[in-house]
Amino acid sequence: MDKNFFEYAPAPESRALVSIKAQYGLFINGAWVEPKTKDKFATINPANEEVLSKISQASDSDVDRAVKAARAAYLKTWSKMPAKERGKYLFRIARIMQERAREFAVLETLDNGKPIRESRDVDVPLAAAHFFYHAGWADKLDYAGLGINPKPHGVVGQIIPWNFPLLMLAWKIAPALATGNTVVLKPAETTPLTALLFAEVCQQAELPAGVVNIITGDGATGAALVNHPGVDKIAFTGSTEVGKLIARSIAISGKNATLELGGKAANIVFEDAPIDEAVEGIVNGIFFNQGHVCCAGSRLIVQENIYDDLLAKLKRRMSLIRVGDPLDKNTDLGAINSAAQLAKIKELSASGDTEGAFRWSPDCQLPSKGFWFAPTIFTGVTQSHRIAREEIFGPVLSVLTFRTPQEAIEKANNTPYGLSAGIWSEKGSRILWASKALKAGVIWANTFNKFDPASPFGGYKESGWGREGGRHGLAPYLKGAK
Amino acid sequence: MITLIDGSEASLRKYLAALPGVDKVGAEQRAAMLGTRSIKTTSKSWAIDMAIRMVDLTTLEGADTAGKVRAICAKAVHPDPTDFSVPSVGAVCVYNDLVKIARESLNLNGGSHIPVAAVTTAFPSGRASLKVKIQDTQDALNDGATEIDMVIDRGAFLSGKFGLVFDEITAIKEICGNRAQLKVILETGELTTYDNVRKASFIAMLAGADFIKTSTGKVSPAATPPVVLVMLEAVRDYYLQTGMRIGVKAAGGIRTTKDAIKQLVLVNEVAGPEWLNPHLFRIGASALLNDLLMQRMKAASGFYSSSNYVTLD
Repeated sequence: MDKNFFEYAPAPESRALVSIKAQYGLFINGAWVEPKTKDKFATINPANEEVLSKISQASDSDVDRAVKAARAAYLKTWSKMPAKERGKYLFRIARIMQERAREFAVLETLDNGKPIRESRDVDVPLAAAHFFYHAGWADKLDYAGLGINPKPHGVVGQIIPWNFPLLMLAWKIAPALATGNTVVLKPAETTPLTALLFAEVCQQAELPAGVVNIITGDGATGAALVNHPGVDKIAFTGSTEVGKLIARSIAISGKNATLELGGKAANIVFEDAPIDEAVEGIVNGIFFNQGHVCCAGSRLIVQENIYDDLLAKLKRRMSLIRVGDPLDKNTDLGAINSAAQLAKIKELSASGDTEGAFRWSPDCQLPSKGFWFAPTIFTGVTQSHRIAREEIFGPVLSVLTFRTPQEAIEKANNTPYGLSAGIWSEKGSRILWASKALKAGVIWANTFNKFDPASPFGGYKESGWGREGGRHGLAPYLKGAK
Repeated sequence: MITLIDGSEASLRKYLAALPGVDKVGAEQRAAMLGTRSIKTTSKSWAIDMAIRMVDLTTLEGADTAGKVRAICAKAVHPDPTDFSVPSVGAVCVYNDLVKIARESLNLNGGSHIPVAAVTTAFPSGRASLKVKIQDTQDALNDGATEIDMVIDRGAFLSGKFGLVFDEITAIKEICGNRAQLKVILETGELTTYDNVRKASFIAMLAGADFIKTSTGKVSPAATPPVVLVMLEAVRDYYLQTGMRIGVKAAGGIRTTKDAIKQLVLVNEVAGPEWLNPHLFRIGASALLNDLLMQRMKAASGFYSSSNYVTLD
């Protein structure tokens, strides 16, 4: 055995691929403008706490400017443009994103902390795929089964989270533009950089001014956008807590909304599962993107008669997870996105200890600067433990067991959430039975965390309203379509 | 050693039936992900030398002659005649009628430490009587082979006669005794499913294989990353059950340094770093060696040289 090879020499992606400006303004009406208040806040690299840039805090009046620009663009150009022409802009944006893929990947990794392998192989290609997919829909909406000549709402306000900054932007902007709406989008406070680079892509694609406006800021900016009377529809991805606030504040406004919220997905492993691939699926389900995934498989529900074998294999596999520099091409688990999120993960994990579950992590050296949390599993978890009920949004897996298939389904459904679930079994009839019984919007069989622009995504219960992606994802952006 | 089966076909069937299935999509996804590992600088240099030490330098052509065998034997000892810091390969692999020439030639070239592997048991098809297969193996051993690469009876395997496959391996193992280590070729390209690859791997290990080997090199696909992944999982699980480490030989289709390094990453992350040595992992190849040599020169000089700077054989 040779330690030198096993450790792999550093293989960092080049940081020089991106040029980050010292500060950024707001992207309104096709141009960069300074916020009215001149307020700026820092965005940092969570892997080492280095300040990357100063970002503008958009105030109420900036939000107003952006919404008015979007309205003017809607009325003057975007709603008058033939659908075929709209599609051309989307194709152009998609191509530019592919051309600048490495730049987007490095920037995403710097600002978010996720491994470059994931931003390079998942986030950026999928984001471009969303634009390509929706570009095709732009001139075919009559044939989407959503009514004859369906009409857009007008101006859409979109608020996206920090876990997949560019990908969530694509999930939001691509269908909005394809259906003929104009957009005001607010990226998350901790991860604005790829959205700001996307603004440059809009300029490069010569998208008409005001069709896409990108404003940065904290929750106050988001609230101003949600409450602005000029916004016809809200699309939000984020926590269930904020989703409920949004639902309340727009309750009497007549605004349409799609909300994509939290989850506490069950990953169910039956005795006849393909074990090695199930272990991979469990690891991918909870450690992909540091567990910062709304549909993460954060509850492993495993049949008792294979529990020992599965757990031994899982622990062995977890000890191979490479934690460290997100820019290194061999890193599997990067940095936690923020100090606040790290504190949440630590607090909820501590409740697992005090409530009587057993914590286990492989030996791994965490960097001294930045925000880090080792891959962790809790065994001996019961339904009443907080770590089995609350969304951790970190690399922490709760392991529960079941005796009969019925019990597995009952445990899986015993949650206020219902975003996703996983089934592992080599028996086709069992997969079909379980997927019917599970109350979750997305169900994966013998795989996990697979995404495709053509596949609708969304949740049951407190995991949200509406669907994104596919034909279903067009409906919320069109008047009267269901 | 723990007894996993009692020697009856029923117990073998029961053992194989209890093996978990392999999900094709998941296994291929895992292999593809490990293929994205970026092996640079010191790790790459280490990997190139290790890969050279793992090569079973092979010639298995109808047109093989004594001259051809002598040429690869010279190369096996000193792969780069201008640089004696390049290690010798793991073994030389030939048909059984050329074993004697290979053995003599290696000894003459200062390669007495390099084993000669012989393909036997009516390689590559394995379509002959057990009597012929035994004689084939016996001849190779008599001529000085210390490694035997046998093929399983794929026809028997595919028609469900697992006991027959098992018995043939034990028969050949018995002749090898302590004189030679036994590599069992599964010919995964003919087994076609990963479930079959896993089952055949366990049959071979239970029957006494020292190595399980992917392919003859005569059937495509051969040593694809997911196939090797499934076999590495098998040797890992067998070790966890018995405490015995069985080797894996990937043969067929590994032609570039990049391919070879991907194989080493698989070994490292699937079976574990304990398998990263020529006693437990081999690469059956012919063209690969020259690419490894060219990459080694590039690592030393910083430049890619022309193929005229590596020897043809």
